[in-house]
Amino acid sequence: MTSVSHPAASTWSEDQPVKVRVPWRQRLQPANVLWLFLAGILVVLIVAPMWTLVVSSFTDAKTGGWTLNNYVEAYGKERHITALTNTLKMGAVVVVLKLAFGVPLAWACTRTDMPGRNFVRYSVFGAFIMPPYLAGVGWILLAGPNTGWINRVWHSLSGSTEPLVNIFSFGGLVLVTAIGGFFLVFVLVSSAFEMINSEMEDAANILGAGPFKTAMKVTFPLVMPAIIGAALLSFLGAIALYGVPALISIPARYPVVVIQLTEFFSFPLRIQVAAAYSIPLLLITATMLGLQKLILRRKGYVSVSGKGGERRIVKLGRWRWVLFAYCFCVVALSVLMPLFVLLLAAFSDSWTTGFSFSNLTLGNFYYVLFEHSSSQKALVGSIGLGIVAATVAITLALFIAYIVQRKLIPFSGLLAFLAVSPYVVPGIVLAIGFYAAYALPPIALYGTYTIMALAFITRFLPIAFTTSSAGVRSIHPEMEEAVRILGGGRVAALRHVVGPLLKRTLAGGWLLIFVPAAQELSTAIFLVGPTTRVVSVVLLDLSEEGELEKLASLGSLLLIIIVAVVAIGMRYLGRDFMLRRS
Amino acid sequence: MDGLVLRKLGRRFGAVDAVLDFDLHIKPGEFVSLLGPSGCGKTTTLRMIAGFIDPTSGSIELDGKILSAPSGSVPPEKRGMSMIFQSYAIWPNMTVTQNVAFGLNLRKLPSDEVKKRVGAVLETVRMSHLADRYPAELSGGQQQRVALARAVVIRPAVLLLDEPLSNLDANLREEMRFEIKRMHDEFKITSVYVTHDQGEAMVTSDRIAVMNNGRLEQIDTPYALYSRPKTRFVASFIGRTNFLSGNCGNHMIDFAGFSVPLAMIGEEVTGGGPITVSIRPQAMKLSATEAPRDKAINLQGSVQQSAFLGETWDYVFQPKDSGLQFRVAAPPADVFQVGAPAWLQIDPTQIVPIVD
Repeated sequence: MTSVSHPAASTWSEDQPVKVRVPWRQRLQPANVLWLFLAGILVVLIVAPMWTLVVSSFTDAKTGGWTLNNYVEAYGKERHITALTNTLKMGAVVVVLKLAFGVPLAWACTRTDMPGRNFVRYSVFGAFIMPPYLAGVGWILLAGPNTGWINRVWHSLSGSTEPLVNIFSFGGLVLVTAIGGFFLVFVLVSSAFEMINSEMEDAANILGAGPFKTAMKVTFPLVMPAIIGAALLSFLGAIALYGVPALISIPARYPVVVIQLTEFFSFPLRIQVAAAYSIPLLLITATMLGLQKLILRRKGYVSVSGKGGERRIVKLGRWRWVLFAYCFCVVALSVLMPLFVLLLAAFSDSWTTGFSFSNLTLGNFYYVLFEHSSSQKALVGSIGLGIVAATVAITLALFIAYIVQRKLIPFSGLLAFLAVSPYVVPGIVLAIGFYAAYALPPIALYGTYTIMALAFITRFLPIAFTTSSAGVRSIHPEMEEAVRILGGGRVAALRHVVGPLLKRTLAGGWLLIFVPAAQELSTAIFLVGPTTRVVSVVLLDLSEEGELEKLASLGSLLLIIIVAVVAIGMRYLGRDFMLRRS
Repeated sequence: MDGLVLRKLGRRFGAVDAVLDFDLHIKPGEFVSLLGPSGCGKTTTLRMIAGFIDPTSGSIELDGKILSAPSGSVPPEKRGMSMIFQSYAIWPNMTVTQNVAFGLNLRKLPSDEVKKRVGAVLETVRMSHLADRYPAELSGGQQQRVALARAVVIRPAVLLLDEPLSNLDANLREEMRFEIKRMHDEFKITSVYVTHDQGEAMVTSDRIAVMNNGRLEQIDTPYALYSRPKTRFVASFIGRTNFLSGNCGNHMIDFAGFSVPLAMIGEEVTGGGPITVSIRPQAMKLSATEAPRDKAINLQGSVQQSAFLGETWDYVFQPKDSGLQFRVAAPPADVFQVGAPAWLQIDPTQIVPIVD
């Protein structure tokens, strides 16, 4: 007689004739148990923290009853409202700057004969590896009002005592925020440019459109969805960023939301108010991402898809050097200058005295590696958290992606939805949710690596899921069916075929998570304890203490470790693995 | 019952019956094709035989053992079958040898036995010299041979082929048809072959099952299917034909302009009333002069259109004072000008009554 004990047998259609009976032993299949297990994990990682966040924003801190007072307290003061409008203003200006940086560079690197395209590409890639707060520190060294190097050069040249540039200003804030995030614009828009088949442009040419008209009527409309998408993501990135405002907006006297949130988190601790105050960030993000989806779906905007095909390079003639000069300025501002002064400061006794051989020292490195109370532990912690978060997120995402793509169980779409949902949660809001859900007794995870690891895994789960899902989708189901018909089960298929085929994709995804996770600041800021600091947090501490040389050397150490890991990855995966992805 | 038996097999997807009441008995060693247009349910049927899809009604048996039923199915890995996929599904992370040896290794055969059998089967498909290549380094045809070797090396109880040639170019497809036929003659594996290409089905198969809208229309040998189609669908799907409507009396069938005695038709016709017949273009002959023959039906008329197809002429003939038109195949030497008067002779034994 027939017998079934295999997951595949669970793909019943929904409208079975009633007489079919499946014994309970068959219903309790490994796939269903796994589904429950994964769903449980996702509840812990996503549903519980976000639910707690929303609930606690309506909870009275003393009585535990229902209240709207948190919202009154959060939005009752003019200062708090100003922070909110300031944030939106800053976000809007940052978007303009990021597009001004990212779009021309993307076009220049993909569609023109500009010299030094690879140089520009690698420099932009450097902007990805350098965390925004380090770029911020670099710019404080460059353009601090009194001791910044640019200003000191200006003073000695002009004799003036007024600073030429002041980083502690609205302009400084948006500049540093923009250079820290235009990488994303570059990647999204250049991959859109790479997707455009030259035949589409040829078709316009043959009908009588000149190069300029073709660019305006064909090329740019085709990359428009990518630009709009990049603009929305840029805005969201800018308003949720913590590191740069922490360095700049306080001295600049320009309050923003994230700084206000930390105020609620300092004494007296008001989590419920913080939760209420973070709701707009959450709503803005969700709305914008919804909007993006809507725009991309509109019929007129056929999203760029299909074969890359052959691409013609635009010959710029003399203008190629003009374009290169512009690109060079952008990468100089965003990477070369801050990185240079950062490294210089790391090796300097005192960065204010300027460059001289007597000023050179390795003392800062010695100090952060062996003398400072928490920095060596923080280095281990950051790298360790990066490894754990990347590994767990990729593994979890692979299971979910496999189940979803192969439709092994009913409602698998729900798992997919949960796995990508942290995408709409800014890191700092996620941290508040985790704090509210798990930091306090009875769970009492505050100040442990566990709570940070959980939060990091959640934060990067969407990247992991997108990567894994694309990987699984690229494997034709017949590859696995061939294993099964020859006598191997699903496990054999995973072990001998799916696993080996996905190795490189997964390794690429792992790196894409490791790099930001090892630098993560905004999710960590409310979750670190006195003994569980991470590098990003220690760097901010050092900045508050004014120890910029030591800060620079610790930042350099973090950069060196990350660059080493990425270099190994590139060797194994090919140099383009990060630039090819969105 | 020996062999592969499908009994009242059915599969619903939502409100649609992809396959319905499908009965088929494939004898051991037989090569049967499932032929039909896309969406006719042939691939669903094949995947039910493989165990990737469960039926919603009916059953599948192999040598008397039930494999699939609505209440549950033996999973694909326990059926002892093998399959050649439309995409070949050659694993790109393994060499040719590793691909072919995979099924044998799963069966825990001793390594020298594996080596011997892999070597032998690669010899048969003429791929020995490429044994250590990776699939990315092979052409489409070579990948197809690897898929073939991988499927037959385990000596499966049933070999399933899912449009295995549809991704190859025309010349290679022709060559591989005969390759598949040769492999079948050599190993005598019970085979089920899914295709929408009648040429492929006719070259490879002992019998062809023509499917339409999830149902079996007719199963027969290639010759019988062509010369004696039972339904309008089969007659028009396989080759080209002329359909004629007529009225069946007691002794004669009356068509517009001529009649045929019932006794001359190759099949027994019972019951009067309207009738449709199929006459293949090859069942007729055109001649410039009247050349009456006893057993033929002669019609006078003229050539309306002509097209030269290389191996034959394709003429359209219209009888005098009649709205009828016949497509007639003629050998290349029989040249007629358009508009020229001609005589048409129809072989009455090749007039086939069909179900509309």
